[in-house]
Amino acid sequence: MKDTRPNPDELLARVQAEEAVQTRGKLKIFFGAAPGVGKTYAMLEAARKVAKDGVDVVIGYVERHVRPETYELTLGLDVMPMKSIPYRDAILREFDLEGTLERRPALVVVDELAHTNAPGSTHAKRWQDVEQLLQSGIDVYTTLNVQHLESLNDIVAKITKVQVRETVPDSIFDSAHEVELVDLPPDDLIERLQEGKVYLEDQAARAVQHFFQKGNLYALRELALRRTAERVNAQLESYRREKSITVSWPTGEKLLVCVGPSPLSSRLVRSTRRMAAGLRCPWVAVYVETPAMLKLPDAGRERLHQNLRLAEQLGASTVTLSGNEPVDEIIHYAQENNVTKIIVGKPQQPRWREFFRGSFVYELTRKCGDVDVYVIRGEGEETTSSLPTYPRSLTSAWPYLWAVLVVAMCTGLSWLLDQRLAAVNLVMVYLLGVVIISTWFGRGPSILTSVLGVAAFDFFFVPPRWTFAVEDTQYLFTFAVMLITGLVISTLTTRVKYQIDSSRKREQRTSALYALSRELAVVKALNDVVQSTIQHISSVFHARVVVYLPGPDQRMVPFGIVTESSSTSDRDESVAQWAFEHREMAGLGTGTLPGADALYVPLTASSRNVGVMEVRPEKERYPFDPEQIHLLEAFAGQTAAAVERINLVRNAEHTKVEVETERLRNSLLSAVSHDLRTPLAVIAGASSTLLEGEATIPHQTRHELLQTIVDESDCLNRLVGNLLDTTRLEAGALKLNSEWQSLEELLGVVLNRLHLLLSKHPVKVDLPADLPLVRADGILLQQVLFNLLENAAKYSPVEKVIEIRAAVRDNQLLVSVTDHGIGLAAGEEKRIFEKFHRSEQTGGRPGAGLGLTVCRGIIELHGGEIWAENASGGGARFSFTLPVAPSPEMRLDDELSSERKE
Amino acid sequence: MPIPAKILVIEDEQPIRRFLRASLEGHGFAIIEVANAVDGIRDAATTQADLVILDLGLPDIDGLEVIKRIREWSSKPIIVLSARGEESDKVKALDTGADDYLTKPFGVSELLARIRVALRHASRRDGNTEQPIFQVQHLKIDHARRLVFVNEVEVHLSPIEYRLLMTLVKYAGKVVTHKQLLKEVWGPHDTQETHYLRVYMGHLRHKIEKEPARPTILLTEPGVGYRLVDE
Repeated sequence: MKDTRPNPDELLARVQAEEAVQTRGKLKIFFGAAPGVGKTYAMLEAARKVAKDGVDVVIGYVERHVRPETYELTLGLDVMPMKSIPYRDAILREFDLEGTLERRPALVVVDELAHTNAPGSTHAKRWQDVEQLLQSGIDVYTTLNVQHLESLNDIVAKITKVQVRETVPDSIFDSAHEVELVDLPPDDLIERLQEGKVYLEDQAARAVQHFFQKGNLYALRELALRRTAERVNAQLESYRREKSITVSWPTGEKLLVCVGPSPLSSRLVRSTRRMAAGLRCPWVAVYVETPAMLKLPDAGRERLHQNLRLAEQLGASTVTLSGNEPVDEIIHYAQENNVTKIIVGKPQQPRWREFFRGSFVYELTRKCGDVDVYVIRGEGEETTSSLPTYPRSLTSAWPYLWAVLVVAMCTGLSWLLDQRLAAVNLVMVYLLGVVIISTWFGRGPSILTSVLGVAAFDFFFVPPRWTFAVEDTQYLFTFAVMLITGLVISTLTTRVKYQIDSSRKREQRTSALYALSRELAVVKALNDVVQSTIQHISSVFHARVVVYLPGPDQRMVPFGIVTESSSTSDRDESVAQWAFEHREMAGLGTGTLPGADALYVPLTASSRNVGVMEVRPEKERYPFDPEQIHLLEAFAGQTAAAVERINLVRNAEHTKVEVETERLRNSLLSAVSHDLRTPLAVIAGASSTLLEGEATIPHQTRHELLQTIVDESDCLNRLVGNLLDTTRLEAGALKLNSEWQSLEELLGVVLNRLHLLLSKHPVKVDLPADLPLVRADGILLQQVLFNLLENAAKYSPVEKVIEIRAAVRDNQLLVSVTDHGIGLAAGEEKRIFEKFHRSEQTGGRPGAGLGLTVCRGIIELHGGEIWAENASGGGARFSFTLPVAPSPEMRLDDELSSERKE
Repeated sequence: MPIPAKILVIEDEQPIRRFLRASLEGHGFAIIEVANAVDGIRDAATTQADLVILDLGLPDIDGLEVIKRIREWSSKPIIVLSARGEESDKVKALDTGADDYLTKPFGVSELLARIRVALRHASRRDGNTEQPIFQVQHLKIDHARRLVFVNEVEVHLSPIEYRLLMTLVKYAGKVVTHKQLLKEVWGPHDTQETHYLRVYMGHLRHKIEKEPARPTILLTEPGVGYRLVDE
């Protein structure tokens, strides 16, 4: 006997394969305090061990300059070829993510988690590659040094004086399945370094003497050990929580860190993260947008965004507040949101400026109330922006020209008023000019107006005139007051104007969001949703918007018409695809595929992703700020909800149609099964009677039974024919095979076929001799006549005449079949053509109610009409029309015969 | 007693074979049954059947192909069986060389009539000369004098009508496809112009039939052609 059961090994393999698809891969990090401690070696050794157990292990990437002992460990393992990426003049060799995903090993070994990929790669960072591998269910072994951990980055920089740019978010480290600390005492490490056993990157070489000092190594080792211990602690904590203890922030604390454009803010953010981790409490990064921030240079603005992004990456929520008094805004926010501790940086500005502008920290501590304020020391290390800066168009010179013009006009006006007013009062005219300019153009031009105003006043009106010299020293006081007043006015006006502007902008955005949500609430078509979204977002963000929706096989397809100018390249679609699959933003200004020209925002609805929105700023490659991104997310959320709603409605409709079809099918089944079974029952009954009583049945009865069988078979045959026609008509599968047909000829066929049924009815045929041929499908038209005549015979009493008439009216051939039976019930004229309709007048005579439905289908297919009515003399009349085409060309008999004779 | 005619039945449905055997043996024919085309083609050659009944819907080889293969070496009559709604298949079969057709379901009387006609035409082809006078119902044709009588009254026919009638008479009892008629009456160029046939058949019926709308002699085979009854 053959054993068909799968053997246990097969089963296990199958289960594992299924698991690999369903579950996330496991990440193991080989963690070390410094280069050279032997992480790669330990990793490869572990990989070999696993490979020996039969796991499909692949080397994805290992540093090329490994020591020979380490290199030997890779032998015998499957090594993925590197991907070559041309960059400027060189060819960079990178880990081949796509190749590995295609190869689908069980475990990949990828060295150097913190590595930054070459420009043009799928992801900016290797940890993102690893993340994708894990999401695809592939296990990963990787290595990491303590200085690359985001939250420890600045501490390490302080210890070693080497700024490390390549960092890995702590979340990766914390969520790793396993972290193995590879530890080596500093003395041994230094010894290995001296023996040349440690590979160092070229850039790092210059910092070697700094880095590998014993003191540094001790500190780094301690950091690594402590971070690992922290992780273990967190694991224990979460284990406890899972087991029973309810989730709660043990301290009830909430931290708030004030973030600004300063490079020091990143340190502030990291420190806060460490504090928050220590307290195990949530934290929030806050930025207050003030009028001063409007003038922020692009580099500063970029740094600010980076700081906020960093905070987000480290697990904070970020908030942007706006107002004139940052302190008030922060305190207000802190009190509203139960913040317990505020972290600010130590002031950097000189004391004299504090004297004039007030001290932020002082203000904060004075107003903070219950909230603790932590002031953290900042040092003058300058982290340079890793993102490129974008040129902004120069501020227009027009406002300043206007300022000059207004001063000139004020001078002219003063000149006219000079005789009537005291010189001091002319100052007012100039102040008026300051007010006008500051209202229109803001601070810079209005300051210019103040200064120019003072100068002009001095030059033209203060004696001695036409010089800047001043006779009367009391005018110096006038100048001072005039200047100060001018400056104050310009500051205040600008501030008011800013507030108006920013609240208007906010208002615009809020109302745009409101308008969109209102519009989306009423639209019913997918196209309208997409159009509304595109229209609103384009106008609010000054960007070109394309909405991608999943096509068949879940590929992203741009929805609607894409014009030439905004046609998307393949690469852009792949970014959209990535954003869709990972439910994360990608493209311009994000960590994934930042080389793209547009930002890709996933449309995430409640249950799943419904598409991706491509937002391409009109200004070339100018990334959006976090506030805009938040708003974009809100827009995306609205759109996603609308798209999902429409999808659900569509599904519901689809289901409704299916239910309806199912209902029809059921009624067809019940009608048909009845009509099929009746003749079958008769045939079976009659034939079995004949079979069993072969000898005893009298001849007469035998003949009757046989006749019954034949008649019922005919009946069945007709029923099946009508059923087939109905099905074909409904499926649209009935193709007209049109030829020139003669009605008389078709009628002849039908009358012959029906001669038994019609034998008891006189049939009167009245066809004009010159009846034209019609273009029709002979078989189908014959079926129409057959069904009509069969009906007439069935529903009219014996010996009553059935009349068939035809005539040409208005280019239509009109055919009618009239019987003298019971006729139609009132209101039945239309319904009688419906499927399964059976006249109540028929008194339960058989028939599935399909015959007339078939007639209607066939006539309509021919472009004609069919209808029923009661004839004047009683009985029913069924009439139909067929279009008459111009008669075909015919060669005359004589011509033909003469031709033949030749 | 004459030697019974041998009929080869090529049909994959067993119940239909059984029914054919029962009815045909009851009427004095010898039956050979096969269930597929390959065996059918082989037996058509080896068993010296006088007539072949061929189902067009065989599972292994297309019915048309079977007709072609048999026609390569034999002109024995072939009657094809097919379902309703497959008129174009029937026409193709007839134009390929089949002699007649039956639409399922069919009665025994129809089947026997077709077989008789087919066998008669086959024997005529083998040498029997045409009778000088052809008579069916109220129609009489004097071939020698080229005269047509209805109820013993001479009827004048146009040349085309006469040729059309003569063609049908030549194949009396058998179906003649539109294409075949057009070719024999109008020549090889007009084989698509079926409206000629409609018009002239109408003329003929009005001259010959008692009730043109209920013909008893010149029958229409819908979608296929015409048949002049011979009994």
